[in-house]
Amino acid sequence: MSEGLAHVVSPLNGARFDGLISVREMAPQGMITLRGDLAAPAIKNAATGVGGHDMPGQRQASGDADRAILWMSPDELLLLLPYAEVPGAVASIGKLLEGSHALVADVSDARTGFELRGEGLREVLAKLAPADLSPGALPVGEVRRTRLGQVPAAFWLKSEASAQVICFRSVARYVFDQFRRAAQPGSTVGFF
Amino acid sequence: MLTLHCPCCGIQADETELAPGGQAHLTRHGPGSSDEDFHDYLFTRANPRGVHFERWRHAAGCGKWFHAARDTQTLEVFGTYAAQTLAPPQHIRDAITERRPDWTWHASGRATE
Repeated sequence: MSEGLAHVVSPLNGARFDGLISVREMAPQGMITLRGDLAAPAIKNAATGVGGHDMPGQRQASGDADRAILWMSPDELLLLLPYAEVPGAVASIGKLLEGSHALVADVSDARTGFELRGEGLREVLAKLAPADLSPGALPVGEVRRTRLGQVPAAFWLKSEASAQVICFRSVARYVFDQFRRAAQPGSTVGFF
Repeated sequence: MLTLHCPCCGIQADETELAPGGQAHLTRHGPGSSDEDFHDYLFTRANPRGVHFERWRHAAGCGKWFHAARDTQTLEVFGTYAAQTLAPPQHIRDAITERRPDWTWHASGRATE
């Protein structure tokens, strides 16, 4: 296993761009999709046990840099955890949910993540997504699933100057190039 | 541009975040039905200028289906509601009647004014 992990690379190999904000592709991150009845105690226990944080409310993210639980839809959670812990976590969730109607899938290699840093990140995201990025509509800690340009993505603000974006691995280059253009120096709009 | 409130995740979703699902509240005519019913189920759709009921999917968002009642002429949205209904709920009908007093609901899914 450890031999295999040594070869895990993110699709853009940690690409970075500094403009209006800094955009950095994150190192491979463990992600587990958990679907089922989110009100069921078994699902809650499995999610919080592996996610290490409280159950998030509608559209909320609860967690820190290492571990988080994201509310993705009325019957779907995304658990973020260190990459190497995923196989064990999937097995233990499977055991906890034995007999209940649920889906557990390791999606770590299907996705990639970007970290945005800088005061202008609401503006850069607003250039790419048809979402209301105003602080009132998207408070810090709320997950917004939408599209960036032509591809689906999810993002949430950890603070006013730090955000995380998740998209499909296959479109990592497209998303990164879009950020590079949207964050070009001198392209401030000043809306927010 | 159309903006619909997704009743599943509570987001004000832009039209480009949604996938259209066509006319809502169709009655399915499957095996055993008459040729005419089956033909109408497959091909005949209401295309009103005015009140219309549609299915939409929050494709780039939570991924869930829902229903929307809107006016095709003015783009006014009367409301959105759960996909798991066979007919528009009362609060949606009330909202439409308030704006379009002559409107009546027909079980076939055709709304007339």
